[in-house]
Amino acid sequence: MSAAEAKHAGINLGDSDRETHEKAGSEIFGFWIFLMSDAVIFALLFATYGVMLRGTAGGPSAADEYRILPAFIETLILLTSSFTFGMASVAMKHGRGLRTVLAWMVITLALGLGFLAMELRDFSTMIADGALPSRNGNLSSFFALVPLHGLHVAAGCLWLAVMLVQVPCFGLDKRVKINLLRLGLFWHFLDIVWIAIFSVVYLQGLIR
Amino acid sequence: MNGAISPTILGRLEWLSLPFVRAWQNPTPDELIGAGAATIVVVGMAGTIALITALGKWRYLWRDWFTSVDHKKIGIMYVVLAFVMMSRAVVEGVLMRMQQATAINAPGIVEPDHFAQLFSTHGSIMIFFMAMPFLTGMINYVMPLQIGSRDVAFPLLNSISLWLTGGAAGLMMVSLVIGQFSTGGWSGYPPYTELEFSPDVGPDYWIWAVTLGSIGSTLSGLNFAVTIYKMRCAGMTMMRMPLFCWTTLCTSILMIFAMPPLTVATAMLALDRYLGFHFFTNDLGGNMMNYANLFWLFGHPEVYILILPAFGVYSEVVSTFSSKELYGYRSMVIATMSIAVMSFTVWLHHFFTMGQSASINAAFGIATMAIGVPTGVKIYDWIWTMFMGQVRFTVPMLYSLAFMMTFVLGGLTGIILAFPPLDYLVHNTLFLVAHFHNMLIPGLLYGMLAGYHYWFPKAFGFRLNEKWGQLAFGCWVVGFYLAFMPLYVLGAAGMARRTAEIFEPAFRPWLYVAGIGALILLAALVALFVQLWVSIREREANRVDAGDPWDGRGLEWSIAGPPPEYNFAVLPTVSGGDPFYTSKRNGDAYLPPERYENIEVPKNSVVGPLLGVFSAATGFALVWHMWWLAILGMLAIIITVIARSFIRDTHRIVSATEVERVDLAWRDKLFASRSISREMETTSANQGFAEVAA
Ligand code: HEM
Ligand SMILES: [Cu+2]
Repeated sequence: MSAAEAKHAGINLGDSDRETHEKAGSEIFGFWIFLMSDAVIFALLFATYGVMLRGTAGGPSAADEYRILPAFIETLILLTSSFTFGMASVAMKHGRGLRTVLAWMVITLALGLGFLAMELRDFSTMIADGALPSRNGNLSSFFALVPLHGLHVAAGCLWLAVMLVQVPCFGLDKRVKINLLRLGLFWHFLDIVWIAIFSVVYLQGLIR
Repeated sequence: MNGAISPTILGRLEWLSLPFVRAWQNPTPDELIGAGAATIVVVGMAGTIALITALGKWRYLWRDWFTSVDHKKIGIMYVVLAFVMMSRAVVEGVLMRMQQATAINAPGIVEPDHFAQLFSTHGSIMIFFMAMPFLTGMINYVMPLQIGSRDVAFPLLNSISLWLTGGAAGLMMVSLVIGQFSTGGWSGYPPYTELEFSPDVGPDYWIWAVTLGSIGSTLSGLNFAVTIYKMRCAGMTMMRMPLFCWTTLCTSILMIFAMPPLTVATAMLALDRYLGFHFFTNDLGGNMMNYANLFWLFGHPEVYILILPAFGVYSEVVSTFSSKELYGYRSMVIATMSIAVMSFTVWLHHFFTMGQSASINAAFGIATMAIGVPTGVKIYDWIWTMFMGQVRFTVPMLYSLAFMMTFVLGGLTGIILAFPPLDYLVHNTLFLVAHFHNMLIPGLLYGMLAGYHYWFPKAFGFRLNEKWGQLAFGCWVVGFYLAFMPLYVLGAAGMARRTAEIFEPAFRPWLYVAGIGALILLAALVALFVQLWVSIREREANRVDAGDPWDGRGLEWSIAGPPPEYNFAVLPTVSGGDPFYTSKRNGDAYLPPERYENIEVPKNSVVGPLLGVFSAATGFALVWHMWWLAILGMLAIIITVIARSFIRDTHRIVSATEVERVDLAWRDKLFASRSISREMETTSANQGFAEVAA
């Protein structure tokens, strides 16, 4: 940071847009705090999943039912989408023009929707096989943790869609920029949560 | 008259869901009390609406209050909400005491099921809709002024938090009129609150009211923390902040990290009840202990969320009314922070008896006792602050003193409960009820009342009546001791909490004393309302609009009372602790600014009220299984948020000339006031201009 010191963790706009940078300090910091609070929710759901691993009541466990290959592909899709969102952020920061920003955002949205579609298909095969959340505690905790992440991704996609309207509407004004920074944090956060889900839920299931 | 009226539209609502219909069909005293309470709600609402309409005040209320995003107005609305809900919950507490006093080998006045609703609503309201709004309101009003800021970091979010809390409190009130409330206590333990044992709407009301309230509190905590980290005025380093700001910061951190466990617990319970999940059911792999852990992972930090702001108020009050710097400021800060951190390490003491090993119990017992240490440090600091000070026994100071003595007693019984072997003897008895009231009434209620008396002149420009204040204070203290000390005896003798009927005649005298105490507490509440009424009537005699009635120490006293919406005409710069007190001594307080500038303030917004109404409607719809309304409500919430993000015109400018005009008018008043000595601060000679001894 040469033009101004960092005001918050993550991408700072200091070098390219002083004015927004000044304002971003508390706005982005507040969003970080929100994410921390959200992280507590996920942490507790992970703990619950751990507690209920053995609560199968004679029925199937989540680990018996999910398929690892689709989950692995979903991981790749989500990680790629984080990369493409990163490109959108960089393009925004360095004033690469609306079209570049929009293009990266559209790609991200497509990847997000692809992830959701695949995930929904996974759930429906599980349910078709009789692995319903109402079957036992183990499946209940799986269907609280993983779909909650999915719900977050859906919210992120809706947010992206709204931003796809706002960027052409308002250009890259102060609020749009700050919102894109926030959405970026949200998107990367969901990535990290997914990595945790993939390792704790899916990979752990392979070991047993 | 049985069965759902119209399942597609009204879900599972039946005629018998209405207490009036029940009382008509079956006019027992119990049903009549229920119908009476419902009538009070309906008549109260209708009366308020009629009154506002008759006075033609809707527009004023909507424009100046409901849609306002000014932290000061939001703070006041929170406190009003707290007083309304407190009135209901105190009456319920008194009713329970009357029940137990009359139900010794007799049925008493209410049925067991109704009694269970009483302790569930009383507890839930006192915690979530009296205590939380009260302290959130207090913080909202005071903290930004103390750190020299124009508002909180996210003014609109602040309004949204308020309205979510308001909507949740509305759900609590509606449960009196339509349907019934949970019988599962304020902690809502499954499996009792699962469908299997409580198929009625009660637990659903509890779930949605608590969920909305906890989301509101999480957002408030976030807002306050960012405000303190990012919005302090020039020179206001962390270690120069008034202690109230420190306790606010710690409370906010606790809100951010401790409210989510509650949200998770209630959401899982909802999944169990609505979608047949098995988190906490008896069968199919459910695990009730997980709920106990989640709930108390919230529940214990919660008690510090409640108590820390009161500690902050006491620090301000004791120092101001002793005319001395707070003794041991640094140790206070460290103690507050330690309490905040340690509060996450003790939750298990709420269920010592639920089956974990003795060594786990021992670890948590020791951790619990350790929290007593920083709290003790604080008590000594307050005592040393008063030592050799110019102590004045104003009403806030009286509350502080009563707190110091009473709270220590409660702390001692807390240490008793922290010993697992002793806890095995008295858990789930009235001993525990005595203990937590002994903590919460001095450690929360007295603190909030002290703050209310202390900052009221700042918020409204006139002082509260002292005589009525002292009377109310006397009733709170005497009533408290009479109502709750007997419960220690009863609890030690084995009387279980949440008992609707008593079969041990030896308990009679103690229950009578407690009943009388409860009536005195009711008198205390009434005295508070009379005080407010009297004070408003004689406000002209008690004006302190110069803004500094108590020779205050922090920046909040350096401006007019009530302050303009932008708080400070020019943002202050400070160079030490107790900045206003010091600058009065240095003779550089009240220096007129060199020049005035335009000030940007956020515009009012309907988003807060809309979200409050939509989310309460969604909650209500979910309670009654009116699926169409639930979907509509959620869509409305999403659309409102998205629509708001398209509004760009969110601020307006207060021009420099307007700022100058208001500031000069206040300065004229200030210099026309007579400065008074501390002896005269509770007389009408006090115009809010403190005499400074050279
Ligand atoms: C002001 C006068 C008050 C009276 C007369 C009163 C009375 C009572 C009574 C009779 C009970 C039921 C005891 C039992 O289980 O047998 C109770 C429970 C409770 N009270 Fe109070 N109380 C008062 C104030 C407060 C305050 C200020 C708070 C908190 C800020 C509070 C929080 C609670 C809680 C959390 C419960 C437990 C409810 C449950 O069992 O789930 N009370 N109170
Ligand atoms: Cu505790």
